[in-house]
Amino acid sequence: MTIDKILVVLFSLAGIVFTYWYFLMKKEEVISVTDSVDITVDGGYSPNTISILQGKTTKLRFIRKDRNSCLEEVVLGDFKIKKYLPLNQKVTVEIKPQKKGEFTYSCGMNMFHGKIVVK
Amino acid sequence: MITKKTFSIKGMHCASCVYTTEKALKKVPGVEDAVVNLATSKASVTYNSNSCTPQDMAESVAKTGYTLELEEKSESVEKEEKEKEQKDLRNKVVVSLTAGALILWGSFPGIMNTAPAILQNFWVQFLLATPVQFWAGSAFYRATVPALRHRTANMDTLVALGTTVAYLYSVMVTIFPQVTKSIGIHPEPYFDVATLVIGLILLGRYFEARAKGQTSEAIKILIGLQAKTARIVRAGKELDIPIDQVQIGDVIRVRPGEKIPVDGVITEGESSIDESMITGESIPVDKADGDTVVGSTMNKSGTFTYKATKVGSDTMLAQIIKLVQEAQGSKAPIQRLADVISSYFVPIVIMLAFATFGIWYVFGGDSAFLFALLNTVAVLIIACPCAMGLATPTAIMVGTGKGAELGILIKDAESLETAHKINTVVFDKTGTLTKGEPEVTDIVSVNKLKNDEILRLAATIEKGSEHSLAEAIINEAKKQKVTLGTVKAFEAVPGHGVMGTVGTQRIFLGNRRLMKKERIALTSANKEIDRLENGGKTVMMLAVDEKLVGLVAVADTVKNSAKKGVEALQKLGIETVMITGDNARTAQAIARKVGIDRVLAEVLPDQKEAEVRKLQAEGKKVAMVGDGINDAPALAAADIGIAMGTGTDVAIEAADITLINKDLRSVAYAITLSKKTMRTIKLNLVWAFGYNIILIPVAMGALYPFYGILLNPIFASIAMATSSVSVVSNSLLLKRYNIKK
Repeated sequence: MTIDKILVVLFSLAGIVFTYWYFLMKKEEVISVTDSVDITVDGGYSPNTISILQGKTTKLRFIRKDRNSCLEEVVLGDFKIKKYLPLNQKVTVEIKPQKKGEFTYSCGMNMFHGKIVVK
Repeated sequence: MITKKTFSIKGMHCASCVYTTEKALKKVPGVEDAVVNLATSKASVTYNSNSCTPQDMAESVAKTGYTLELEEKSESVEKEEKEKEQKDLRNKVVVSLTAGALILWGSFPGIMNTAPAILQNFWVQFLLATPVQFWAGSAFYRATVPALRHRTANMDTLVALGTTVAYLYSVMVTIFPQVTKSIGIHPEPYFDVATLVIGLILLGRYFEARAKGQTSEAIKILIGLQAKTARIVRAGKELDIPIDQVQIGDVIRVRPGEKIPVDGVITEGESSIDESMITGESIPVDKADGDTVVGSTMNKSGTFTYKATKVGSDTMLAQIIKLVQEAQGSKAPIQRLADVISSYFVPIVIMLAFATFGIWYVFGGDSAFLFALLNTVAVLIIACPCAMGLATPTAIMVGTGKGAELGILIKDAESLETAHKINTVVFDKTGTLTKGEPEVTDIVSVNKLKNDEILRLAATIEKGSEHSLAEAIINEAKKQKVTLGTVKAFEAVPGHGVMGTVGTQRIFLGNRRLMKKERIALTSANKEIDRLENGGKTVMMLAVDEKLVGLVAVADTVKNSAKKGVEALQKLGIETVMITGDNARTAQAIARKVGIDRVLAEVLPDQKEAEVRKLQAEGKKVAMVGDGINDAPALAAADIGIAMGTGTDVAIEAADITLINKDLRSVAYAITLSKKTMRTIKLNLVWAFGYNIILIPVAMGALYPFYGILLNPIFASIAMATSSVSVVSNSLLLKRYNIKK
C-alpha cells in the first residue's frame, strides 16, 4: 500500500472516530428547573436537558432563533403538545408531568431532540 | 395577580399613535405598565388580573380609534411566515436549477460539445455556482453551524457537507488545475453536482412544505368554522359584537342561514339546524325551546333567540379543536423506534461517508480519488432522515383530522394506534344501542288491583329515583294524569330497585333480584313475566306489603343505526358484545333485534368494569362503547373507551375516542380509520427505512463490483428529494379514502 493510501485510510478512520466521539459521546448537562425556563432554539435546544418536578406545573419558554424550517415546530409528544414557534418570539408551553422518567421532545421532523427529566 | 401579556394593536402609523394607545392602556384601573412598540404593532402590558381584564383594555383602546386584538393570531403569523418562506424557496429553486442546468450543459460529457464555449469555461461555471452555494444553499449552512456547536447533526449537515466537498474540490480544480494534473487526475470541476444537488433538494423541500401544509388542513378548517360576530339582544335592541366579546348569559338572535356563534340553550323560537360540521351527521336537526345549540353550526330555516352558556375556549368547537391539536401533537408508540434510529442516523451516515472515501481511495483503481470523492458526496446526499421523521406524525395528523371531519374525536396517537387491534366491541345497552328513553309499554295486574292504581303506586315510589326506568314510569303517570302520593323511608338498591312506604303500605318495585331478596313469591306471574321479557321488555314487579300485585313493563327503543353499526363491525371480523343490567331474556331479545353476538346480562353498574377485564383476560382487545358519563370506569378499563353521542368534557376526558354523533356505524368507522392510518404509517416506515437501507449501500458503491453501478450525486439528490415528498403524499392519500364505504 502506498503512503498516500495509508494516509487516506488513517484520515478516514480518524474521521469515523471523531464523528463518533463528537456526536455520540457528548455529555449531557442537566439544568434543574423549578418554575420556568427559557429554551433557545438554535441548532438544537439550549439547555438541551432539563430536570423538573413531578406534579408541578413548569413553563418552558421556547424562543426560536434558527430560521431552519425543521425547527419551526416543537413536539412534546408525551405531553400531547405541538407548537409552532414563530421566529424570535417567545412561545410558552406549560407542562405538569404526572409520571417520573425521561421524556424526549423534538422538532417537527424529529431531527433535533431535547430531554425533560422528571424527578 | 400580576400578569404580563402582549397584544397586537391595529391601526397605528406614527409615534403619536404609540403615545395615545399607551395612555389609553395606562388609564385602565389595574394596568401597571404598558409599552407599545410601533415597529411590531404590539403592546406589552403588565396588569393585575384581579382588577382588570384584557377586555377592559380593548374597550379603552377602542375609544381612541385603535383596535387591541384579544387573541394572538398565531395562525396568521404562521401563514405569513410560511408564505414568505415558500416564495423565497421558489426563487432559490429557480435560480439554482437554472444555474445548475447551464453548468451541466457546459460540463457533462456528451452534451458539452453543443454548449457555447463560455459555458465550458471553468471560471464562468465557478461564477454561476458560487451564489447558488452560498445564497441558495445558505439555509443548509445556517442550520449546520449552530447544530454543530451543539454537537448535533441533521439532514442539513449532510447536504452542507456533501455539496461543500463537491464545491471546494471544483474550486481547487479551477484555481490550481496543475495540482490535480500532477497527481494524475484530469482537472474537471463538479460545480454541476453542487449546484444541482442544492437546487433539487430545495425543490423537494418546496413540494414537501406544500404537502405538509395540507396535513394540518383539518384543524384550519375547524378554526375557520368559528363565527366572527354575534347579534346580541340588549334592552330590546339588537347589536352586532365580535365573538370574543360574547359573555355567558348574553341573549343572541340567529336568523335563517346564519351561523350560530357560541353554545347555548334556545329560549324562544324553533329551527332546523345543520350540525354536520361538528357531528359529521348530514341530516339537519330540529330544535326548539330548551334545546341546546352548538356554536359554529348553521341555522337553516327558523329564527330563534338563545342564551349563551359557553363562550371562548369552553365551547364545543374550541374543545374539539383543542382535542385534535393535542392528538396531533401526541406520539404514537410505533414512532419510538424511528425516534431511536433518527438520533443515531446522521452521525452514522457521516461515518459511512468517511469509510466510503477510504475504501474507494484504496480499492478504486485508476480513478480512485474521483470515485472516492463522488461516492462520498452521493452517500451524504442520498441519506434521508426526514422521511423517517415524517412517516408517523404526518399520518397521525391526517388520520386525526379526517376523524374530526366525521365527528370522531381521537384523544391521542396511542389510542389511534391501539384501535386497529380491537377484536371485541362491548356496547352498553341503555343509551348506546337504545335511545335511552324507555317508555311504559304494559301494566299488568296480578291480583285485583287496578292498572291505574299500580301505575300510581309505582310512580309514587319512583319519584325519588334517578334511574331512567323511573323517569319512564313518572312520564306515563303524568300522561295519564295520575295524582301521586307521598313516600316515606325511600331507599334505592342499585341493580335491584326501590322500596318505601306509601300511606301505610310498604311498597317494593324492582326486578327479580329485589323480589328474591325480599322473599316475595312470583309464582302467580311467572308466565306473564316471561312473555314480556321475551319481547325485550324490562319488567318491574310491584309488591305491596310483600305480596306481588302487578307488573310494569318498560321498553327502550333500539336506535335506527344500531343494527347497521353492529353489522359494520361484524364485517370487520369484530365480535360484538352487549352489556346490560337487564335480565338475560330481555337482553337476548334486544340482542336478537340488533344482531349482537354475545350478551352479558344482569351486570350491576359497578361490575361492568370487571366484565371488561374478564374479556381482556380471554385475550381479547376490547373497545367499550358507552355514554362516557356513568360508565367511565368500564371505558377506562377497556383497551379503547369510546364515548358516544356526546361532546361533554366529562365524556371526552374519560374516553379514548369520542363520537360526537349518535350514529353507531361511527364505531366501525373509527376502527377502520385506525386500520387505514396504521397501514399508512407502516408503509411510510417501510418506505423510509427501506429507502435508506437499500440506497445508502448503493451510493457507497456496493453494486459496483457486481454490476458496475454507481450512483451519481445528482440522481442521489433526486431520490432524496422524492423520498420525503412521497412519505407526506402517502399520508395525504388517507384524506381521500372513503371510510364510510
